[in-house]
Amino acid sequence: MNETLHSHEAHIEHPGYGTFIGVWLLLLLLTGCLVGLSHVSQSYAVWGLLTLTPLKAGLVFYYFMHLKYEGPVFKVVVLVTLGTLLIFFALLFSDVAFR
Amino acid sequence: MSGTHAPTAEPSYLVDTGTRTGVMAWLTTTDHKRIGLLYLYSMMTFFFVGVGIGVVMRLVQLTTFQKLVTAQTYNALFTVHGVIMIFLFVVPGLPAIFGNFFLPILIGAKDVSFPRLNLASWYFFIAGAILAVLSLFTGGGAPDTGWTFYAPFSLKTGTNVSLAVFAAFVLGFSSMLTGINFITTIHRLRAPGMQWFRMPLMCWALYSTAWIQLLATPIVAITLLLVILERFFGIGIFDPAKGGDPLLYQHLFWIYSHPAVYIMILPAMGAISEILPTFAKRPIFGYKAIAYSSMSIAGVGSLVWAHHMFTSGMSSVATMVFSLLTMIVAVPSAIKVFNWVSTLYKGSIDFQPPLLFALTFIFLFCIGGLTGVMQGALALNVHIHDTYFIVGHFHYVMFGGTGMALFAALLYWFPKMFGKMYSKKAIYASWFPMFIGFNMLYFGMMILGMMGMPRRYYVHLPQFHTMHVIATVGSWLLVLGLVMFFAALIYATFKGEKAEDNPWGGVTLEWTIPSPPPLENFDVIPTITRGPYHFEQEEHR
Repeated sequence: MNETLHSHEAHIEHPGYGTFIGVWLLLLLLTGCLVGLSHVSQSYAVWGLLTLTPLKAGLVFYYFMHLKYEGPVFKVVVLVTLGTLLIFFALLFSDVAFR
Repeated sequence: MSGTHAPTAEPSYLVDTGTRTGVMAWLTTTDHKRIGLLYLYSMMTFFFVGVGIGVVMRLVQLTTFQKLVTAQTYNALFTVHGVIMIFLFVVPGLPAIFGNFFLPILIGAKDVSFPRLNLASWYFFIAGAILAVLSLFTGGGAPDTGWTFYAPFSLKTGTNVSLAVFAAFVLGFSSMLTGINFITTIHRLRAPGMQWFRMPLMCWALYSTAWIQLLATPIVAITLLLVILERFFGIGIFDPAKGGDPLLYQHLFWIYSHPAVYIMILPAMGAISEILPTFAKRPIFGYKAIAYSSMSIAGVGSLVWAHHMFTSGMSSVATMVFSLLTMIVAVPSAIKVFNWVSTLYKGSIDFQPPLLFALTFIFLFCIGGLTGVMQGALALNVHIHDTYFIVGHFHYVMFGGTGMALFAALLYWFPKMFGKMYSKKAIYASWFPMFIGFNMLYFGMMILGMMGMPRRYYVHLPQFHTMHVIATVGSWLLVLGLVMFFAALIYATFKGEKAEDNPWGGVTLEWTIPSPPPLENFDVIPTITRGPYHFEQEEHR
């Protein structure tokens, strides 16, 4: 019963096509920025990838994968996972960035 | 802890009660206890194959036997020895056998959350093992890279690396599925009243292990797939000739494979935490500290991987960062050792074979652990990297640690699993050659490493020969002990005296049910009213 109610509420909160199209356009814009940065220099490309790609992934998570409409448990789980990934990246960069 | 006896009329799990009988009943079982035994039998078979290969490698180091195998075959032998012992024995290790058998019982459940997935895990394990064996005899022959499959050599060699890494990939699925099953089981199937801090410490160890299995294994799985893609399509991610980075392979490999060391050792520590209170007849010292240390070992242990790469050419900043982190991970391990020793202090010691092997674990693990801390220090590491010292060190941890704990756990739970008791004298007799041989072999290796003997060499210089002879004789003694040990247990399985339900005076839930346990463990799910190690109350009864 609760699950039915929950999915019903989620259905009500479901955003319109306008939101999806807006996010999609934003994603296209960010991709364009990344392509542009990669033509400037390699370090720009790397920092662009490191900052804009997670932002793009976040938008996909949040809107297209409906994380925005999930409860706090899901959000915490995703944040912890991404935090773990970030730690791994940071440790890898302690090698790559100073080699 | 209030347990309930299942009626003795209930048939044990060893009796076929379903529509299938005999071998088919075992191969299609979804009972967690039978699946535990399937793992036990298959893993022990692989273990003895690995031991056999190890003995042949030792014989090669005796001049008389130098002609036994060629140098190329020797390369294949140390690779296959590593692959078998790591992927088919110590990684599945205690969780696959004792986790499957005892986790549901220890938390008062009738089975794991996903019994069919549990059987599927075993089939993935066997499929991976078959592929690993096939890789020896097909393609370009047995891989010669060492069990780590380091790029770029693994990308270039003509031996059958592709199939071997695919075997490891399949074995990874077994590990991940077991991890998912255990996490869900612990979260969802604990008996009423079984709060987190009322769980036996074996459950905490299995829980932290399961998280590593679930989170770290996909990384090595993808890495191994990349090796296959690189070999077949030359994608160039690890190949420096194509702009790839071979160090990236080492990073990705060790991001899994160092936490895998904790997959191997954490459940062993869990078993020791069960055994010591039972034979000291007192509650474990520092229950919460041990539980938290399991979780922190899982966490911090995932951040120390690059200490395997100090001499690889990675940046000096990274070497310092990982050296520091390596020192930190020693802290939770030390917490466990201090708590175990404190548990024994002023305990009412009942000296039995499981305790002997548990104490052996502590002694050997301390040598393995402390030599590990030594290697965390950069200045020393660069001198002993890739020498026999490393081989000796990790055998102290993996065999002296996980292996001895597995033997201790087997001795502890054998009466419960099979309903039979082994000859204690035969086990004591097997301990002496095993212990003496172990130390001759692996301490000998550490001395050889300090003298400068590199690992994985087919031949050695004359100054190393005496220690090689001592180590090889040690390997014979060790094998003698192992054969005596398992002969005693196999004999007991068939001809042993009937075991009591609680032969050691344990107080956790498995000792409240018959030996061997009935199919669904408990006729009524027990209600838990206190922590797991309350021996004082037992005395007052």
